[in-house]
Amino acid sequence: MSLPLSIFVIVSVIKSVVVLFVLLTSVAYTVWLERKVVGHMQNRWGPSRVGPFGLLQPAADGLKFLFKEDLTPPHVYKPLFLAAPMIAVIFALTSIAVVPFGNFVTVDGYSIPLQITDVNIGLLLILGVTSLGVYGVALAGWSSNNKYSLLGGLRASAQMVSYEIALGLSLVGVLIQSGTFSLRSIVDAQAGHFWGFIPRWNIFHGQIIGFFVYLVAAYAETNRIPFDLPEAETELVAGYHTEYSAMKFAMFFMAEYANMITVACVATLLFFGGWHGPLFGPAVLQAILPVFWFAVRVFCFLFLYIWVRGTLPRFRYDQLMSFGWKFLLPVAIANLVGTAIAVAW
Amino acid sequence: MSFHLILFLVFAAICGAGAINLLAQRHPINSALSLIAVMGALAGEYLLLGAEFVAAVQVIVYAGAIMVLFVFVIMLLNAGEEEETKGSRVAFLFGIPGMLIAGLLVAWIMLRHSLTAAVPIGALPGPPAEIAQLLFHNFLLPFEVTSVLILIAIMGAVVLASKPEPRAGKVE
Repeated sequence: MSLPLSIFVIVSVIKSVVVLFVLLTSVAYTVWLERKVVGHMQNRWGPSRVGPFGLLQPAADGLKFLFKEDLTPPHVYKPLFLAAPMIAVIFALTSIAVVPFGNFVTVDGYSIPLQITDVNIGLLLILGVTSLGVYGVALAGWSSNNKYSLLGGLRASAQMVSYEIALGLSLVGVLIQSGTFSLRSIVDAQAGHFWGFIPRWNIFHGQIIGFFVYLVAAYAETNRIPFDLPEAETELVAGYHTEYSAMKFAMFFMAEYANMITVACVATLLFFGGWHGPLFGPAVLQAILPVFWFAVRVFCFLFLYIWVRGTLPRFRYDQLMSFGWKFLLPVAIANLVGTAIAVAW
Repeated sequence: MSFHLILFLVFAAICGAGAINLLAQRHPINSALSLIAVMGALAGEYLLLGAEFVAAVQVIVYAGAIMVLFVFVIMLLNAGEEEETKGSRVAFLFGIPGMLIAGLLVAWIMLRHSLTAAVPIGALPGPPAEIAQLLFHNFLLPFEVTSVLILIAIMGAVVLASKPEPRAGKVE
């Protein structure tokens, strides 16, 4: 640490506030984007009344959630019923702390990394924190004392535990190639080009199977279509959050979208070279461009999420389980063994 | 007192309180959640001792996977509150004093007769690469034997779970 303690604390606080603000704003506008894009895919307009292009819709929604009556149904197990949405949101927001979103910035002689904190087990930390997120969903389902909620919670925990294994194994290929858990070092290892024009991203570096396994498993982990069985509305009303209303419901919503953003960030960092991209122009532009390239890739992933949601139907539950265990897991293991052999060669 | 020590004591207090709460709670789901708190606090202790990798694995494996299965089973069986009993007299006469004596003995041995009384932070392997070196090089045989042991346990579980109940007196 080259920074003095006082400056380190100030810089960390500023970074945390900015990152949290950006994350929450992106969560709100991902919801807007989803409603808008899915609307256009289904030949309707989506939100269009509040502000130009409906851009103020997230603010209106937020106010509405705050002013709605906060119902707690009778016969719920109150401590856990209240704790479950908090658990979901806390763990969804925590993992952004280790995500690097750009290179170093030099301010007043101090070199500051564009990341809240760089730990040398960054990727493991993200995996650990997201694996704890399942408690929010499971406990919400259980404490609601409602058969639909319980089934949703059970489905969610079974699904997330199953797909977590394929998700973890799909990342090991990248880890073997770069030899570190630090997200910053993984991105640094992807600098440069093959033959001068193909970027040296891990997806072009033999990890294309790993990427697709990660993508599918991550969709299942975030309970998105086609894996949104925990909240399948045709079978379970709304699944684990059936009994929740007002801001508590909104917290589950926020957690889901924050998890989507984390998944998009990890995919960008591990498979698509993070913030690497062409740099040009004056010094200020050169400082901003890496963050811009990073944001563009994350946006592409979020758009892909929405696109898939507008395109695919839902799995049946037995299809979901057999796909996860009998197809995705063997493919992930094969990819891991293949990468290990190629690296050892 | 350094900040490290204060944090260490705070996590230790959470750990102990969680463990006592685990026994005191009457509903299985509260006990399971207390155990998760204990696991999390333990991960914090490992982190303070400089063992980041062990801390992360503690969270991923115990809190994130094993305890999810516990909670899953409690949800699936819809286990209710436990009945309270008066406790066994054998436990009061022999169990609790015996446990206290054993605990004190272990603490005494560790404090007095351990070769390294206190290991400074960072002296033990913490980074993943060093742990990998230990596991897959220095202690390869014990590691592989343990994995075979776990494999046997998994096979046993599969055999127990998949065997159909033999039905007496029923002719197919």
